[in-house]
Amino acid sequence: MTEKIQIEHLTLQYADGAESLRDISLNVRENAITVLFGPAGGGKSSLLRCLNRLNDLADVKTVSGKILLDGENILDPQTDVIALRRKVGMVFARPVVLPFSIYGNLTYGLEVMGEKRKLRLDEAVERSLRQAALWDEVKERLDDPAIALSGGQQQRLCLARALALEPEVILLDEPTSGLDPISTGKVEASLQELKKNYTILLAPHSVQQAARVADYAAFFLQGELVEFGEGKTLFTTPRQKRTEDYVTGRFG
Amino acid sequence: MQSKLSWQEFIITRAIKASGYSAIVFVALIFYFLLREGLPTLGEVPLGDLFAARWYPIESYFGILPLLSGSLLVTVGATLVAVPFGLGTAIFIAEIAPRWAREILKPLVELLGGLPSVVLGFLGILALAPNLRVFLNLPTGLTALTGSLLLGGIAVPTVVSVAEDALDSVPRAYREGAWALGATRWQTIWRVTLPAARSGVLTGIMLGVGRAIGETMTVMMVTGNAPVLATGLGAFFSPVRTMTATIAAEMGEVANGSVHYHTLFFIGMVLFLISLAVNVTASAMVFRSQKRAERVLS
Ligand SMILES: Nc1ncnc2c1ncn2[C@@H]1O[C@H](COP(=O)(O)OP(=O)(O)OP(=O)(O)O)[C@@H](O)[C@H]1O
Ligand SMILES: [Mg+2]
Repeated sequence: MTEKIQIEHLTLQYADGAESLRDISLNVRENAITVLFGPAGGGKSSLLRCLNRLNDLADVKTVSGKILLDGENILDPQTDVIALRRKVGMVFARPVVLPFSIYGNLTYGLEVMGEKRKLRLDEAVERSLRQAALWDEVKERLDDPAIALSGGQQQRLCLARALALEPEVILLDEPTSGLDPISTGKVEASLQELKKNYTILLAPHSVQQAARVADYAAFFLQGELVEFGEGKTLFTTPRQKRTEDYVTGRFG
Repeated sequence: MQSKLSWQEFIITRAIKASGYSAIVFVALIFYFLLREGLPTLGEVPLGDLFAARWYPIESYFGILPLLSGSLLVTVGATLVAVPFGLGTAIFIAEIAPRWAREILKPLVELLGGLPSVVLGFLGILALAPNLRVFLNLPTGLTALTGSLLLGGIAVPTVVSVAEDALDSVPRAYREGAWALGATRWQTIWRVTLPAARSGVLTGIMLGVGRAIGETMTVMMVTGNAPVLATGLGAFFSPVRTMTATIAAEMGEVANGSVHYHTLFFIGMVLFLISLAVNVTASAMVFRSQKRAERVLS
């Protein structure tokens, strides 16, 4: 297994002055699920949004350090951000289906890339829906407005939409918040499938989920990376007292 | 206590209802009045003469076609100016301008919207018309084009203000969703933000164009006021006269109850019907897209 992403001394400061990420160094392995967990405001979303440079469009004051993706620093101003975002897909905490049909949501990313061949688009739609465990539920109604789907289906649609672009890395920010246990199970199962071909970073919505899916886990506390290690060891025998308190629910 | 509250409820409900219905009553009264004063024309002037190409009331030529074509020309011209310019400005303010720029631009545009049209008319006569005349090498600067440009300018603030609000209320998450898929800023604006704000944007355009159709003072001052039937695109560069300008200019000098008087009201009636048609079409369009969204969301 190789290292897909190397984060070196990453520090991020929003316009209001507070440091949301402080000197983070972390290596993300290929073909594994790396979980970023910790209490609210820890900086998990901020870190994910650095990895596809979505933070460019927020009120960020300073970013320093390096993020190497396949050895190249994506924080370099020369980076082609559009290409980067195709390579690093993202699924948000609240599903944002775009105001198109189900089919349109899935093909949007490909279309803005200039893909027009109907056959290729159809293929991508079916493949990505199958990967996100949604194909059977929507195959009859691809032309319906996407907003007509249930919350859980919308969430999986957003996952499928990211997968349609065949990215290399998938960032998931609480992809199962607000989902029932069955849908959550479906999403988690598809993640286990997907990690064979992708590098996955996940901010889970609970410690339990973190423990269930993590190959590697990173514990964030107020912008600081407290502990990083293999999921199995980190959740059973954490080295740091603060991690142990949080994992066992004795926090604060 | 109980009865006092219900009294208040009663009065407030009644007052709101009354003001709501009174709007309908006023529109109906206006229409009734127009009909009463305008319809006699149909008995006094043969239809063929009414829809003829010559308007010269002193010699009893009551052809309203030149006025219709004048209004149409100026309004279409104004729309062609107002829509791209207004939408462009709205998109710039809502999506592209840095925060400090939008905090200056938005109130500025709204201020422009409040400018009296006479002032714009003056600007048109003093600044726009002479320059257009020289620049396009025309015999006069008072043309349909001049009117279109100014009316477009009058409509722009309305379009900008309403459309910008609509764009601004599109959730940020939509944009982030598109960006995360590798869409560029323009692709996001064009394919996601604008369609999501569609009904508000359309309302803004309609309000702006509505203002342009009804505008009188400016067009009277800058279009040259020649009731000539427009026969081609060349008419843009010659003087025209609109329906509103005709009514405003001639109503004061006309004998009460004369044929001319009735015909002016008839023109008012036509104008009323046109505005009504435009408004109904617009709200039907907005309503339809709303209904679709509602059906989907329920
Ligand atoms: N756009 C922004 N502008 C200013 N501050 C921000 C912005 N986004 C996040 N922050 C701040 O950065 C800190 C980290 O936020 P972040 O969203 O990364 O936390 P998180 O770990 O994802 O929390 P949660 O579990 O609630 O999602 C918070 O203190 C937050 O207030
Ligand atoms: Mg978060």
